[in-house]
Amino acid sequence: MVGNFKMHEWALAEAVLAAASQVVEREGLKGVREVRIRVGELQQVELELFEFALSQLKTDIFKDAKFVVETQRARLKCRVCGYEWVFRKNELDKDSAEAVHFVPEAVHAYIECPKCGSPDFEVVEGRGVWLESIIGVK
Amino acid sequence: MLDPRASIINERLRPVRRIVAVSSGKGGVGKSLVASTVALLLARRSFSVGLFDLDFTSPSTHLILGVNRVQPVEDRGLVPAFVHGLKYMSIVAYSGDRALPLRGADFSNALIELFAVTRWDVTDFLVLDMPPGISDAVLDMLRLVERAEFLIVTTSSLLAFETVRKLAELLRGLNVPVLGILENMKMREDDSVKRRVKAIGLPYLGGVPFDPMVEEAIGRVDALLETAFARSLNDVLSRLNLC
Repeated sequence: MVGNFKMHEWALAEAVLAAASQVVEREGLKGVREVRIRVGELQQVELELFEFALSQLKTDIFKDAKFVVETQRARLKCRVCGYEWVFRKNELDKDSAEAVHFVPEAVHAYIECPKCGSPDFEVVEGRGVWLESIIGVK
Repeated sequence: MLDPRASIINERLRPVRRIVAVSSGKGGVGKSLVASTVALLLARRSFSVGLFDLDFTSPSTHLILGVNRVQPVEDRGLVPAFVHGLKYMSIVAYSGDRALPLRGADFSNALIELFAVTRWDVTDFLVLDMPPGISDAVLDMLRLVERAEFLIVTTSSLLAFETVRKLAELLRGLNVPVLGILENMKMREDDSVKRRVKAIGLPYLGGVPFDPMVEEAIGRVDALLETAFARSLNDVLSRLNLC
């Protein structure tokens, strides 16, 4: 799959690099040693594709940077009965999983609280892509 | 931690010449019909036009256009589907015909996600069908999308106009461009809305008469563009000199 440019992960990598570049500019960094990214499991990002996109899109300021991508389990909590559970990919069929990949909030159309059946639940953590930290050279 | 998606939104929208947010303080005033028809009319004038349905919990532009779960193409993000001469984006591509109950934070997340990954590319007009009210969608637009111009829709009812007035005053207080206020579904000759709009110092874009044929034309774009409603909107567009 690497080399497949028809990927949503490309757009997410562009967003991460745009945000990281803004931090570099704001902090006046001369170089970047590490960019740490957190990817929530709800969005089911293909990590190999995402890392490939980062490697292809990174600008000179990031040439020596190590991109560390960590995954985070998606934890859901029912707002009605308070039950908490961890999202499992196999809760969704192929089409629903694809919809949630593109728009994680679509999950509210496809799953419900396993205890009380309410669709009114909160994604406590593990939704999508976050820029966690940047270690730079001043 | 930083949400990276907001950083790319205005870059994604850079190739879009004008962004027109069709809004109202009230539901049921015909925003989706106005947004869809304005987009179609602009496309008929040979402009490159996008239509983005932001009414995530109650989307209806797909019904107006007569398209069913039309899918964007995955290409370094999402490229909107092309329907009836429009670049078209609706959350229906992902929620299908199921209910999508979203609280405010979830609504904002979905909006940010779609703005961050959708590639409108070179587009003359991006028409946004906004959900009613002054809540997350309007606030997110003001926070994240530079250059949006608001086209506000009211009916002749004082109940609708009062909510519209608040929206208009909010926007004006924030120096956000307002193209003007359109009076939709006008039932009789009366200039009270026109006077109220003038009194708050905004352009009155005109009165679009109530047209019972519009309901018959839902889902049939050619028929919709033949209605008195569409002809009246076309006159409004000509006077607006958007192009």
